[in-house]
Amino acid sequence: MSPRHDDLISSPVSASRRSFLRQSAAGGSLLALGLYGGGTIAALAQGQAAGAAGTAAEFSPNVFIRIAQDGIVTLVSKQPEIGQGIKTSLPMVIAEELEVDWKDVRVVQGDLNPAYGSQGAGGSTSTPTNYENFHRLGATARTMLVQAAAQTWGVPAGECRAERGAVLHEASKRRLGYGELVKAASVLPVPDAKGVQLKDPATYKLLGTRVGGVDNDKVVAGKPLFGIDVQLPGMLYAVYVKCPVLGGRPVSANLAAIKAMPGVKDAFIVEGTENLNGLRPGVAIVANSTWNAIRARKKLVVQWDEGEGANHSWSGFLAQAQAASKQAGTVTMRRDGDVETALAGAARTVEAAYVYPFISHASMEPQNCTAVVDPKDGSIELWAPTQNPGAGQALVASTFNIPKEKVSLHITRSGGGFGRRLSSDFIVDAVAIAQKVKAPVKLTWMREDDLQHDHFRAGGFHFLRGGVDEQGKLVAWHNHFVTFANRVEKKESDGTSNSVLQPGSGASLSGDEFPGRWAANCLLEQTPLECRIPMGPWRAPGSNVFAWVFHSFIDELAHAAGRDPIEFRLEILGDKDMVAGTGERGVPYNVARMRNVLKAVAEKSGWGKRKFARGQGAGVAFHFSHRGYVAEVAEVTVSKEGQLKVDRVVVVTDIGAQIVNLSGAENQVQGSVIDGLSTLMYPELNIEKGRIVQSNFHDYPLLRMPDTPLRIETHFLKTDYPVTGLGEPVFPPLAPAVCNAIFAATGKRVRELPLSKTDLSWS
Amino acid sequence: MSKYTLNVNGKAQAVDVEADTPLLWALRDTLGLVGTKYGCGVGACGACTVHIDGQPTRACQLPVASIGKRKITTIEGLDAKAAHPLQQAWQELDVPQCGYCQSGQIMSACALLKQHPRPTDAQIDDAMAGNLCRCATYVRIRAGIHRAADIASSASTGKGKK
Repeated sequence: MSPRHDDLISSPVSASRRSFLRQSAAGGSLLALGLYGGGTIAALAQGQAAGAAGTAAEFSPNVFIRIAQDGIVTLVSKQPEIGQGIKTSLPMVIAEELEVDWKDVRVVQGDLNPAYGSQGAGGSTSTPTNYENFHRLGATARTMLVQAAAQTWGVPAGECRAERGAVLHEASKRRLGYGELVKAASVLPVPDAKGVQLKDPATYKLLGTRVGGVDNDKVVAGKPLFGIDVQLPGMLYAVYVKCPVLGGRPVSANLAAIKAMPGVKDAFIVEGTENLNGLRPGVAIVANSTWNAIRARKKLVVQWDEGEGANHSWSGFLAQAQAASKQAGTVTMRRDGDVETALAGAARTVEAAYVYPFISHASMEPQNCTAVVDPKDGSIELWAPTQNPGAGQALVASTFNIPKEKVSLHITRSGGGFGRRLSSDFIVDAVAIAQKVKAPVKLTWMREDDLQHDHFRAGGFHFLRGGVDEQGKLVAWHNHFVTFANRVEKKESDGTSNSVLQPGSGASLSGDEFPGRWAANCLLEQTPLECRIPMGPWRAPGSNVFAWVFHSFIDELAHAAGRDPIEFRLEILGDKDMVAGTGERGVPYNVARMRNVLKAVAEKSGWGKRKFARGQGAGVAFHFSHRGYVAEVAEVTVSKEGQLKVDRVVVVTDIGAQIVNLSGAENQVQGSVIDGLSTLMYPELNIEKGRIVQSNFHDYPLLRMPDTPLRIETHFLKTDYPVTGLGEPVFPPLAPAVCNAIFAATGKRVRELPLSKTDLSWS
Repeated sequence: MSKYTLNVNGKAQAVDVEADTPLLWALRDTLGLVGTKYGCGVGACGACTVHIDGQPTRACQLPVASIGKRKITTIEGLDAKAAHPLQQAWQELDVPQCGYCQSGQIMSACALLKQHPRPTDAQIDDAMAGNLCRCATYVRIRAGIHRAADIASSASTGKGKK
């Protein structure tokens, strides 16, 4: 961090930047009570003592909590806020244990700072990995405030209790507000967070209630919040043009003509790297406004080296997949029993192919990043809407060969994430441009860039065979998955490197993919198709399509067996309560929890109790992902012309012992259901001659208000299990539940996405 | 570059931009009014919705040179205290997830409520179909519009005043 930049900071981020500087100054090595970063308590106490001298006006027992003398509590949100509500929910956990009124809490976004521990927002991990620690952070501060009051009064701490921002001594009817205790508490040693007394959940006042997002007032007023809103004095505006053929690079361009356009400050080729998820080669145009960069871009003429990606086409991949399906997969994920013998002996068998396209994340805020490079020492200051600030810093350091410590990063609010911002390509793009122009630069990807140069959710082809016996019991399951992979150099431990085919994120089967582990005769195998298409995690990676494939095909088998779809699934799940993990995503599966959500969704939806008219029907699916157990029932109406309307969705989740913020949790469930429906119905990216055909929302439609189901019913089963995340696990079961309902309504089986590929009309 | 005087949120604002500059970028880059969002640049997502003489308009499709003296209202100018019934309802029902599209949603909803103070669900479908929400907060946007209608109605009859 260079003081030179202080004058560059504008309103959107100045508060968090100042707090970062202060934390760095007061206790750069100050760790959060040993909960994050592994610091010892002694070192922490020492760090705190050193820090306390500089901040006498505040009690700050750890880097997440500051209490001022007016009783206002400032809490740092360390995780990126991408719409999942974490900036509200995790601070609520501290506030609960701290015993403070929510109206007295202010939440600030933390910058990237090692003192905060891991700061990635992905995999629905922010809640499960921080929940207990945040309780302990709050409880530690409360314990110290109670002790400070007890010492002030000369009474045992055990006679005092904290309530609503104050400590009370009932026997003497004395009360001291937290603000009044700042000085006394600041000089106390910080106790071991692992030993502090947590509140009895039965006494929670805040957790489980409905709390509005902490930035809602700014959102509705149009205040600057997002990465794209950052403005710095003297800032220039950039666009960055990549080869329309994925994996290609620029050879030359009409740069002189572009530089002569109004407002254009510079235009140049960036060489880039081979990393498909890193700094890709391209042409940068830098101007005095975003529009002047965009209008210059319209005149840009580039000679591209299209590379081997120019051969890619979806029809070509489909032909490759069909050829591959006639042979054994190149990789075997699971082999139990003998599928061929079981299929031969089955009373009924079903064979089907399921296909889904590449899709984009299409977050509403396109990728962008603002970068400032210090010309003296090369240090870099960044403002980025990122889900993965640590990875962004690391990619900048490795790409530009500078130490990580010289890269500081301000985490802005993100206009949607969905996994896109776990990749950091837009950050290194901005750095490459800022290094050249020697001025603060805001790079904004156009929507077309965002859609066509995403790290896509991979398309895929599943070739399935299954069998049921005379009793209608599942006896055989075979899935040959033809997927997509990039060729990458993998470094071995002996220093040599090896060229390997690496399937895209979420584009590889686990050996534990349901009903693997349950079907006695089970073969899961896969064949990767090599491509130069960048791929990345997309909300509930893998699960977002595997659940659709597997629960659609299970439904096919249930109907072939003449069984009720829920009864058939309960039979597959069986009587065991736990099944151990075996595959690469080898997590134990709590079957009892899944049975419970499945039974609950049957009951809440009135499964089997309603007689549907032709053209109407109900479907079910369940899925375990991101530590959450979810079952969903959808009820649909399909018109004779084949128009789908989802009338009702019932969702039952088990995500553990506590819903943190009921309002945020319900919003995530509704959003996941509608996102699931949107992704089923609309988006598709075609690939021709190595280019993504679609370019913007006119040809890449997503669901809008008129398609929104009017009834989405949310049920949270409260269990004794650890509290887990909700950004992803509700998404996967939606598409199969709807497709199974469509089958019940029409007899039409949807085996290709998006839905528009299938004629749903009936007579 | 040419100079234009725009009437933005009741104030005359000078901008010096190319004639074809869309209002969106003049608001964001020149005037620092960043509540109006860039989402697509082709008028397909509604994130840049503003009012021109009260009519909901996509700011990304409107060149500055074509605006003249027409009155521009952005999310920042919707209500002096950011307490328009829609802004109240949005907070009360915790409508936003990421929040990026919400200023455009509110501007479209505001135009709807002027036309239909008590909109039906079908009228909401029609009026809001141009606004994309990638987080899919549509259930709450719909509820928020109904709630704002309630707030506005009780305010006009005096019942809702605190």
